Amino acid sequence: MAVGLPENIFITRLDAAANWARSNSLWPMPFATACCGIELMATAASRHDLARFGAEVMRFSPRQCDLLIVAGRVVMKMLPVLQRIWLQMPEPKWCISMGACACSGGVFDTYAVVQGVDRFIPVDMYVPGCPPRPEQLLAAVIDMQEKVRRTGTVMGREFAARDTSSGPTPFDLQEEHRIEDASLIQLGGFSAAATTMKRDA
Amino acid sequence: MPLTPVATHGSESKEREYVWTLNFGPQHPATHTTLRLVLTLDGEKVLQAVPYIGYLHSGFEKLGEHLDFNQYVTIADRMNYLSPLANEIAWHHSVEKLLGIELTPRCKYLRTILAELMRLHDHLLNLGTTALDLGGFTAFLYFFQQREHIYDIVELASGQRFHTSYTRVGGVLFDVNTDWVNRVRKFIQNFPPVYEEVNRLLTKNRIFVDRTQGIGYLSREDAINLSATGPVARASGVERDLRRDDPYLAYNELDFDVICSTGGDCYARYLVRMQEMLESLRILEQAIENIPSGPVNIDVDSDMVLPPKPSVYRSIEGLIQHFEMIMPNRSHDVPREEVYAATESPNGELGFYIVGNNESRAWRARTRPPSFIHFAMFPHMIRDHQLSDVVAVLGSLNIIAAELDR
Amino acid sequence: MVSLEELQSRFGEEIREKTFRDNRFIDVSSGVLLDVLSGLKADFGFSMLIDITAIDWLDYEGATDRFSVVYLLLNVETGERLTIRTAVNLPDPQLPSVCALWMSADWLEREVYDMFGISFSDHPDLRRILMPEEFAAFPLRKDYPLKGRGERHNFPVITRSEG
Ligand code: SF4
Repeated sequence: MAVGLPENIFITRLDAAANWARSNSLWPMPFATACCGIELMATAASRHDLARFGAEVMRFSPRQCDLLIVAGRVVMKMLPVLQRIWLQMPEPKWCISMGACACSGGVFDTYAVVQGVDRFIPVDMYVPGCPPRPEQLLAAVIDMQEKVRRTGTVMGREFAARDTSSGPTPFDLQEEHRIEDASLIQLGGFSAAATTMKRDA
Repeated sequence: MPLTPVATHGSESKEREYVWTLNFGPQHPATHTTLRLVLTLDGEKVLQAVPYIGYLHSGFEKLGEHLDFNQYVTIADRMNYLSPLANEIAWHHSVEKLLGIELTPRCKYLRTILAELMRLHDHLLNLGTTALDLGGFTAFLYFFQQREHIYDIVELASGQRFHTSYTRVGGVLFDVNTDWVNRVRKFIQNFPPVYEEVNRLLTKNRIFVDRTQGIGYLSREDAINLSATGPVARASGVERDLRRDDPYLAYNELDFDVICSTGGDCYARYLVRMQEMLESLRILEQAIENIPSGPVNIDVDSDMVLPPKPSVYRSIEGLIQHFEMIMPNRSHDVPREEVYAATESPNGELGFYIVGNNESRAWRARTRPPSFIHFAMFPHMIRDHQLSDVVAVLGSLNIIAAELDR
Repeated sequence: MVSLEELQSRFGEEIREKTFRDNRFIDVSSGVLLDVLSGLKADFGFSMLIDITAIDWLDYEGATDRFSVVYLLLNVETGERLTIRTAVNLPDPQLPSVCALWMSADWLEREVYDMFGISFSDHPDLRRILMPEEFAAFPLRKDYPLKGRGERHNFPVITRSEG
């Protein structure tokens, strides 16, 4: 090198150094609501051992975590809690949506279940399966590390620009009609919110 | 967990000022699931606990009115997710009672083996996590290793390790082979040493005993009045076990004991579960050696079961039969009657109340969820205990949110 | 075994009985429900309440009442089971609460109220239990759609830059 640095000194970008550090010590916040939570436990337990990838430090306080793992279905009553937990986590933070239910509602296409958490909070990685095998979750964590390494910046500039929801906005037509019906029928506390719904022109 | 002081209403007594409200959940590691408690505390003493549930209510029973008897097994699976197959067996047990189906001997034995494996599965996780919450991490890891072996066994039978969806009306999805039988044999051999190890770790462990003995006492009268079933009731001296009192599947041909205790506290519930695992192992030993040969599904001509796949692919009759079976209005001959049937699930009496309506889906599919009923007694059991006892009592009741809220 | 005659002589003639498989159903009118249940508990040993549930009969062929409420009882000593059914109708579906007889009825009745809108008089704390407090419909009624009326989509969206 031109400057003539000694051998044990490396030059790197600050972003890259920070990302390297961040990606190898992701601290997951397990938001385990249902069956997927048991597979999450299995991933951390003896046979699969999440610790091999530096992500075993499950912290149950959102303030200490940077990776939210939504494992299991999220229902109407739970979604505000999830959003609050997401907001409580310090930047930079990422989110894995684990299982069919968290990704899309899965088999529970019913009145109570939110049809995919990505409609209401940002999601970086989707893990399909009902429940996903522990190997799949391990793969997702490894991919997540890769993503952090590739796109991260120290100041979190990669997040600042994304001010639209990352989830699917358009509901199917039937759904739209139901929402319209609902606002006509007057559903107490829910009706006011119904009018603020995003609609496709 | 925000701590907020309670508005003191008037001045009933001086101490009231020191009463605090603590919100516990709905997302808390020791609840394992999603339930919320609002505790009123005097220092560390719990004066009152008010549970709030419904944080996982996903409309299971409504779905039961829209899916047919075979499809609903996928939903029943997801109810008590510590022992998915036990729910499937309970669901089809009720459906078969409604339809008047008598299973083949092989199927009875097969389901019995699976049900007992699930009892182990459930108790292993429950005891492991209870120990984990009380500070013992090792037992959790030891037991989880054994759970992985059970996962392997059910995966070999059904193709899925977790939500197997393995039973069908009148039988099961596939028959098992000798390889599977050998796996179960091997599991039965390998399990006792691990069990012994955990037994040595916990049963006489000073810390564990101190934190569970005398905690969460439930008397026999209260257990009956509060509708307790399963290990919770048996630990309070209610001698009831549907496997013995209302035999279903192959239980009346097998020899086992009903484990009871009169302790009524968390430690008694722990001991009952531990002993039950040994009994399950005993049942498994007998059942696996005596599993009869023969068909696993009832006769196809009864128009109750799906025909075997080879005949669907290779013959026109099979194809027609299969087609008719999955048409909602052409398949089972369902009486317009109501029926309640229950099985002894690992957690207690798991029953389904089904109303039939001439089509192969239920008009109403009500679950009798043991977790729901057990959680209702929690406020009674925790009163005047310490805050740290909350997790011990919760763990000993084995509350599963999906079954609690459905 | 409780015989039908015994029940009829104590609680009136209009009690009906039906059996299907090994289940026994006793139909009573809502007026005598509390008497029958407390009589069964006190004198016939049905000490455990297994479950309370309801059925909506809207559009069910041949049904005469809108709802049935079902009480499953168990005699812990003998293992005998009994199912008590009673009918309720709109516009004011109401039944007496059995909380005083069995403590476990508390949550079970709340669930029936939450899902079907059947209220129980003298219940100590009749609130919604599974659905959010501000929810207005009764989801297990047959006229409520499986996918709801759009309630599950009514939440604010959090985006990356806000988070
Ligand atoms: S995706 Fe499947 S396993 Fe996961 S929470 Fe949903 S139902 Fe349960």
